[in-house]
Amino acid sequence: MKLIAAMSGGVDSAVAAARAVEAGHEVIGVHLALAANPQKYRSGARGCCTIEDSHDARRAADVIGIPFYIWDMAEEFHDGVVEDFLAEYSAGRTPNPCLRCNEKIKFAAVLDRARAMGYDGVVTGHYARTEIGPHGKTLHRAVDHSKDQSYVLSVLTIEQINGAIFPLGDTTKVDIRAEAERRGLAVAQKPDSHDICFVPSGDNAGWLRDRLGSEVGPIVDQDGNKIGEHKGAYTYTIGQRKGLGLTVPTADGSPRFVLKIEPVSNTVVVGAREDLAISTMRGERPVWCGPAVTSEHKRGFVQVRAHGAALPCTYFFDGTLLVATIDEPLLGLATGQAMVIYDGDRVVGSATICETQ
Amino acid sequence: MPSIYVDHAATTPLSPAALKAITAQLQELGNPSSLHTHGRATRKALEDAREAIALQVSCLPSEVIFTASGTEANNIALKGLWWNGKAHGKKVVVISAVEHHAILDPAHWLETHEGAEVIQVPVDVHGVIDLDFLKDVIMKRADEIAVISIMHSNNETGVIQPIQEVVAMAGKIPVHTDAVQSFKKVPLSYKDLGVTALTLSAHKVGGPLGIGALILRRAYEIPALLHGGGQEREIRSGTLNAPSIVAFSAAATEKYPSAEVQNLRDNFIKAVHQAIPDAYVNGEASQRLPGIVNVTFPGTQSDTLLLLLDNAHVSASTGSACSAGVHEASHVLLAMGHTEATAQSSLRFSFGAASTQADVDFVMSVLPDVISTGRAAHLK
Repeated sequence: MKLIAAMSGGVDSAVAAARAVEAGHEVIGVHLALAANPQKYRSGARGCCTIEDSHDARRAADVIGIPFYIWDMAEEFHDGVVEDFLAEYSAGRTPNPCLRCNEKIKFAAVLDRARAMGYDGVVTGHYARTEIGPHGKTLHRAVDHSKDQSYVLSVLTIEQINGAIFPLGDTTKVDIRAEAERRGLAVAQKPDSHDICFVPSGDNAGWLRDRLGSEVGPIVDQDGNKIGEHKGAYTYTIGQRKGLGLTVPTADGSPRFVLKIEPVSNTVVVGAREDLAISTMRGERPVWCGPAVTSEHKRGFVQVRAHGAALPCTYFFDGTLLVATIDEPLLGLATGQAMVIYDGDRVVGSATICETQ
Repeated sequence: MPSIYVDHAATTPLSPAALKAITAQLQELGNPSSLHTHGRATRKALEDAREAIALQVSCLPSEVIFTASGTEANNIALKGLWWNGKAHGKKVVVISAVEHHAILDPAHWLETHEGAEVIQVPVDVHGVIDLDFLKDVIMKRADEIAVISIMHSNNETGVIQPIQEVVAMAGKIPVHTDAVQSFKKVPLSYKDLGVTALTLSAHKVGGPLGIGALILRRAYEIPALLHGGGQEREIRSGTLNAPSIVAFSAAATEKYPSAEVQNLRDNFIKAVHQAIPDAYVNGEASQRLPGIVNVTFPGTQSDTLLLLLDNAHVSASTGSACSAGVHEASHVLLAMGHTEATAQSSLRFSFGAASTQADVDFVMSVLPDVISTGRAAHLK
């Protein structure tokens, strides 16, 4: 096949590209320039957006022996990922930008352009697997569960999965680093990235405050009594306990947690731990990574965070929303996160959480 | 597998004579500044080269200052001439809107670090500087202008600028011209132009990378950027790179087949017009260098075209600067009235002494497909 390897400058995408070449594909490396004004050097735990990272990607491509190009996707990234991130926060939800990037950039803008240019698919260094089964090509967890990234890929449609190649899904991260070393790739020991790539300081709250302002508003209890003040509702997350600065203690001295963020009234609602508990979640804009989910109630697992646990659940599709009821209640679940349904290791589909109860 | 190179304006193959000269000189021992036999032998070779290069641009040998690049020569000239002017209260730098970054960026640096005022002379749709604008600036502000720097020809479009007219207007104001692309391609006489300073680079004419020259009027003193051993009239200290200099000279004294190169370029343009009717050549109505052609392919994106061409074994370029590996919309094309979109759908093809009709034919055998695929990809 003719493939485009998306190379961030990190160890994973470098080894993925090398493996694709070794598998006999015709591969070219492409580094996505996602920041309009990239910084010169890496700082903190980000790993794709600096000039240093693009140099690392180029060097890896040269060592592997494949052509290398840089694609300017800064505009698409800003419109599809950064703007969405801001819009979600200002609506009181907690978005996952990596998921949006896979959905709108790597397996949309890049894959579309690749296909138009006569390429068959996109190779990435994601830790996930695909299998060809009775339902065609399906998406599965990586064997290294601690590194599994199927959660952030769960927004891919069948057509996108058909154009995706994940060569690392069968290997652990430790082995990938060793392999990079063997292959003479200088990025073998480059630290993992885990912060949001477009927040240079790693300070999400500060970054949001700079862009969304820091309008002071009330922190109220469930009865609507004001018990404190916040500096910008969107810098809080559901389930947060620390840093609330509350001056009115509860009667029994028990701690309070953020239960709800109401952007319209700029209010943060707090309450007791047990009030955080939810057992049913509903998600909008569902995407099926295989056969569509129907109204039939099925048993499976739902995951609500990138590296969260797989929670046993019953799920179905009510015609508009994906609904999952978990066996054991969960404490603190923010809307805006993705709920991803698994059948064993297979990703069934995902949706954006819009309601919890 | 074919491998077609149509990016000679970026760099062009080392000429056999230059290769021979550099190889021989690399085996010679002696610092040209040393006074003993070894040093004198190297100095002899170096001064022979200096004289040969001087002859090529009609200047005095003592007017040749060797540098490590055209960029360095431009920096020495622009900053040095500006500092000279500043000592007399002159703070204005006049450049054209289409200068290479090696002039644009030092001018910008003078503005942000040294308090210069930079005035950019606009160009018309054909890429030629607006002489009336320049005349007006000089008339109103002659006493404030420290230096005028206008390139001899443009590296992206090949458009040649009317330097003699600039010099005539400038009067006593020092004029520098970046002649990196013009050298050997069109007649270039330092004496006839009447400029104060002129920049050359070896690797654009078949010499090695890493050697250039500033031609600066005899006995004209300007502050140095590099201080040290006092070489090159104390304007450019540093041990002289004798092997590269003799190779520069070997390349510079070879004949450049201007007529043949221009013929190839014209054949290419004709073929492009035939195969891709809506493509247009930038600066087509202007006097241009024989080897450079800049074409806009509406509805495409240049980085996609370059990838597809590279895949088809053709090395071309946009000719414009990269920022973090991303091609910026060319400031040259924007200055000529392009929009961001059309500027970003343009490519530079540049032919050299070694180019052949077979190169043109090969490019044309793949270009129409590349353009239509590029258009499809751009629609996505």
